[in-house]
Amino acid sequence: MMFKFDEFADNVAIICEDGESISYTELQSACDELSARIKTRSIIFNLCANEKGSLLGYVTFINAGIVPVMLDATLDKELLSALIESYSPDYLWVPQTQAEFFGDCEQVFVIWDYTLLKTPYTNVYPLHDELALLLTTSGSTGSPKFVRQSYTNIRANTESIVEYLQLESNERPITTMPMSYTYGLSIINSHLWVGASVILTQKTLMQKEFWQQFKDHGATSFGGVPYVYEMLDKLRFFRMDLPSLRAMTQAGGKLSPELHKKFAEYAIANNKKFIVMYGQTEATARMSYLPAEKSLEKYGSMGIAIPGGEFSLADVDGNEIIESDKVGELVYKGANVTLGYAQSGSDLLKGDERFGVLITGDMAKRDKDGFYYIVGRKKRFLKIFGSRVNLDETERLLNSAFTDIECACGGVDDRMTVFITNPELAQSIISFLVEKTGLNRIAFKVIHVEKIPRNEAGKILYSELNKIDV
Amino acid sequence: MTNLQKYENAFIETLGIEQNQTTNLEYQAIPEWDSIGHMSLITALEDVFDIMMDTDDIIDFSSFEKGKELLKKYDVQI
Repeated sequence: MMFKFDEFADNVAIICEDGESISYTELQSACDELSARIKTRSIIFNLCANEKGSLLGYVTFINAGIVPVMLDATLDKELLSALIESYSPDYLWVPQTQAEFFGDCEQVFVIWDYTLLKTPYTNVYPLHDELALLLTTSGSTGSPKFVRQSYTNIRANTESIVEYLQLESNERPITTMPMSYTYGLSIINSHLWVGASVILTQKTLMQKEFWQQFKDHGATSFGGVPYVYEMLDKLRFFRMDLPSLRAMTQAGGKLSPELHKKFAEYAIANNKKFIVMYGQTEATARMSYLPAEKSLEKYGSMGIAIPGGEFSLADVDGNEIIESDKVGELVYKGANVTLGYAQSGSDLLKGDERFGVLITGDMAKRDKDGFYYIVGRKKRFLKIFGSRVNLDETERLLNSAFTDIECACGGVDDRMTVFITNPELAQSIISFLVEKTGLNRIAFKVIHVEKIPRNEAGKILYSELNKIDV
Repeated sequence: MTNLQKYENAFIETLGIEQNQTTNLEYQAIPEWDSIGHMSLITALEDVFDIMMDTDDIIDFSSFEKGKELLKKYDVQI
């Protein structure tokens, strides 16, 4: 069993948007009711929202050996159907308001505004004993590529986070991201681990209700991807009076050094902590953190390896780089390195394919004091609003939807550029990408080119395209 | 261009919507007006009217109509 709720009996586990408080005892008894209706070692899709039902589902499944696939409740239904087809889940756990949509499923049980649905599938794919959880690698594109996380992975990463953030039961984090996203989930894991109270909200930082809830329940911390910190800056966050706030964490992409410095200065001046971290779903969640006391001195850095983890840098030949300030590919070792990927149901029987070593695909350097800095990326993907978006996959999506055009995808984090040869299609392409990725249209820009530049072998010359993208 | 046209244009351009969608539009009623869209919208309005909005007004800006009311505080009549 992962979570030991009985140790924290009367502590408040969850504070909902309507102000309702749920104790660990109440959470445990709801878990017992729900788990009694599901066969262990079955697979279930949890359509997540920051609501008590979604959280109840997650902890119940993890504790009872039921393997959840965490998906956003707003995921496009067509994409969802395709995922159901590739994984044949035994059950679905969905907001009650969506239950009607799944006509071929049987409604088994309703609790906390969520409905348990039995699908027509039963144990179609056997599951590996260590498999605990499946998470998407890119928020909302509906890609069937999932990260396979084990019970050991979750336990190791959670214990490490609890240790370096020094979490105790008096913490009250407020949610700022979906629990289907590994960073959001790690905040929930690490706080339920120590008997703290998680404030659940579907509201965003741009809403009065969010800040009201923050103040009413004395939120002590929140996490955010880079655009959240840009938003806070825009909101004149530095002038807000938030006496209950103790710590802010940042991950999900590289924050600009200017903003890193600004938040570090604010934190120091106001007796709060600002902790920049680095991670990947492939490492359960976290791999590094920059200790709060170094936040200003080392701004721009993603810090050092988390307790129990270890970093190294590899040169092009795979040899370890010993000297400082030399760029190489970042390699991580630790018990939180996940088992591997799954592309479809038949991969769920696979065991550990990484043996505790993750080649991150990120290029980094280490300074003379041992602090790491991300400087680039080996693979073609962008981080848009905290989610990974693969550029080659996006090109494939576009090519299959718009069959008679030539296109190429490039750009920078938080803004993808699509190069097309037919300018009339600009708006349709943006609308298509918005629909397929669930990202705000601000993330996409279209540039018209006469011709997509290619080398003799026919490979697209992205460096040429990026030069005209200013 | 009247203030109303400038105000409408900010919505149309940053959210990528049609003019007939602006009437009675509310925050999060369409996918385009999420927190990211909101941030861009506020930036656009601040630029076009040359103002700097307070935190309380940015987070209270919950609809197309509400925004008109809030902008009065900054001497922008729509």
